[in-house]
Amino acid sequence: MDSALIPEGVKRCSFGKFILWIIIVGAVLLWGVVAMLLCWFKGLNQTNMNDAYGFAMWIWADLAVIALGGGAFFTGLLRYVIGKDELKNIINYAVLIGFICYSSALLILAIDIGQPLRGWFIFWHANVHSMLTEVAFCLSCYFAVLTIEYIPLILENRQIDKVPFFHNLSHNMHGIMVIFAATGAFLSFFHQGSLGGTPAVLYGRPFAFREGVLIWPWTFFLFTWSAAACGPCFTILVTWITEKITRKKLVRQNVIMLLAKIAGWMLATYTVAKIIDTWYWATVTAPASGFNFMDFYSNNPLYGPWILVLEIVVCGVIPSLILITKTGRKSSFLLISAVLLAVLGACVNRWVMVLQVMAVPVLTFESWFMYFPSWQEIATTILPVAYGIILIMISYRYLPIFPQEQELEEEKNASIFV
Amino acid sequence: MKEEHKHGKASKFGMVIDLDKCTGCGSCMVACMSENNVPFKKDETNKLDSITWLRIYKLTNGKKFPETDICYIPRPCMQCEGDHGHSPCVSVCPATATDYNHETGIVSQIYTRCFGCRYCMAACPYHARYFNWWDPVWPDGMEKYLSPNVSPRMRGVVEKCSFCFHRYQLAKNKAYAQGRRELKEDEYQTACTQACPAGAITFGDLNNSHHAVYKLVKPDNKHGGRPRNPNAFRLLERLGTNPKVYYLSSREWVRRAGDNYIKDEVKKEHH
Amino acid sequence: MLPFSFEWLWDISHMLFMGGLWYALTILGLGMTYCIIKAAIDTSKGKGSH
Repeated sequence: MDSALIPEGVKRCSFGKFILWIIIVGAVLLWGVVAMLLCWFKGLNQTNMNDAYGFAMWIWADLAVIALGGGAFFTGLLRYVIGKDELKNIINYAVLIGFICYSSALLILAIDIGQPLRGWFIFWHANVHSMLTEVAFCLSCYFAVLTIEYIPLILENRQIDKVPFFHNLSHNMHGIMVIFAATGAFLSFFHQGSLGGTPAVLYGRPFAFREGVLIWPWTFFLFTWSAAACGPCFTILVTWITEKITRKKLVRQNVIMLLAKIAGWMLATYTVAKIIDTWYWATVTAPASGFNFMDFYSNNPLYGPWILVLEIVVCGVIPSLILITKTGRKSSFLLISAVLLAVLGACVNRWVMVLQVMAVPVLTFESWFMYFPSWQEIATTILPVAYGIILIMISYRYLPIFPQEQELEEEKNASIFV
Repeated sequence: MKEEHKHGKASKFGMVIDLDKCTGCGSCMVACMSENNVPFKKDETNKLDSITWLRIYKLTNGKKFPETDICYIPRPCMQCEGDHGHSPCVSVCPATATDYNHETGIVSQIYTRCFGCRYCMAACPYHARYFNWWDPVWPDGMEKYLSPNVSPRMRGVVEKCSFCFHRYQLAKNKAYAQGRRELKEDEYQTACTQACPAGAITFGDLNNSHHAVYKLVKPDNKHGGRPRNPNAFRLLERLGTNPKVYYLSSREWVRRAGDNYIKDEVKKEHH
Repeated sequence: MLPFSFEWLWDISHMLFMGGLWYALTILGLGMTYCIIKAAIDTSKGKGSH
């Protein structure tokens, strides 16, 4: 039915099956949209946020998807600026994943603010000293970059490409993509960093507060670093999941290996930096405010030292060791476990820097604040996931996302024939 | 803001609360809510989503009878000065919706500018900032009794204690009309100060050595206004927020409850 | 955001921050303008016709 739209030389499932899955995922999306509308029309009283938890699940989700969407800027940097040519075979997917992550982040922010119609104030009345201003500016600009990077992909659709203007536009955009990618890397460096700075500048919150260099706390660099490390891991993970669902190889293993190796070294160096940061914070910064390290990890039902072990050892040291060794990368099980752990590590780190910051009592006569999201918060957080799946389904079906798909398919068929 | 700073000597309004006098009666809270049109809900039991610009905390020394002791701590906005106006909340607001006034030392909140990101709330260690989770709904007829000098706030914005800034403006207007530039001590007083039946709250200009607040705490303005009076303390002094709300207590355990100390650390008195 | 909004100050923070923003926006804007104009010229020359 829609075969004229499907890229040449590749196989896709039947239109009926495709639509059925769109409907199933669309139902989840609809659930999220209902919750989103409730929040917009009835207000944030629909959430379980409160005056102690002004920042809650959404902000965590926001930080997490931005970190994971970091695969787009870092892969783009490696491919276009540093010149790792093999990565051209995964850059499209990295861009698509980044586009989904960043559009989701912007949507979440639009739901999260109390007066969505005043959202533009952050641009118009910008306070240049606020980390959040920098986040908003760079996030929006980088989303524009991702849109610019995604447009040529749409234009490469078989039917759209037949229009000479679109064909030429796509060609020209590819031609100067290095400029867009470099701008994207510049913007990403700052907004990933500013997200790291967002909790760390809160000098009234000793759990979050970090010292740093000039106006930037150490977590500014740590967040950018971890996004560059865990973002590509997320790209690898989603590629692997897509390959499992489509039951075909979409990207050659050498490409995955290269990206995994680079991500591994980024993760390893990040983990070392994170350990140093944690050590300094625990022994110097926090005690200066009158807090013992264990004050942050005791007398509450959830946050114990386990979370630090999970983040740094299980999701930092272990995946680093796997990814930087050839043996580790060669084993499919170890490779996927490692990228999964790295992704989990980024999510745990962002959780700690948002939710645990809010939970820790600062006044001596207050106790820990615990929070569980309302269904509206959960639904609106799942909404971007459903939206992402749908966009991937549509893009995979109609756009030439994976340049190696056709030849890998041919090789597979040939090997079966032999 | 910077222009105003140039004219004459800037004030630094502050509050001193004598915790040995406070009985925890809550008059200050009621006066504050009434004065500032603070919205309320039918059910105010959940203190985490109801608005109390000034909230009273109850502290105990944790000891058994007969050594047991309690203390009530009224907590308005601390109007932190931070490092030269770099208060925790002001610096983080992305839309310049909150500002540190160098003429008065008061941290303002511009409700029509705030778009409800709540970053300032995350920044405030005192939980002095409140979000309007609901639109304000007044019982029938009560809207007629709202103060015309304070704008009610809409759903989705942050609000907080303003040291009854409208009273400052009214007093200033009156003084200007009379050809004066300086306010007398009693011309500008907050609602909570006047409502306290025990006289536990004192309000005035910390930069003016004739004012009672200055005499009570003897602020060391070269060191962020640290109190020189050994019985005076500020909440979370070590964080460097430099609040302009001071507490007085003759009880060591109360003063110690004002800040965090690592295990076995001896409190350093600033004098 | 713009020099005529009242929050604007001609200080180093504003110049660096807003300079960075306008620099990025200019690159993106000029880049896209170049691509679109060149695509229009190429199309008029008959390039890209299948």
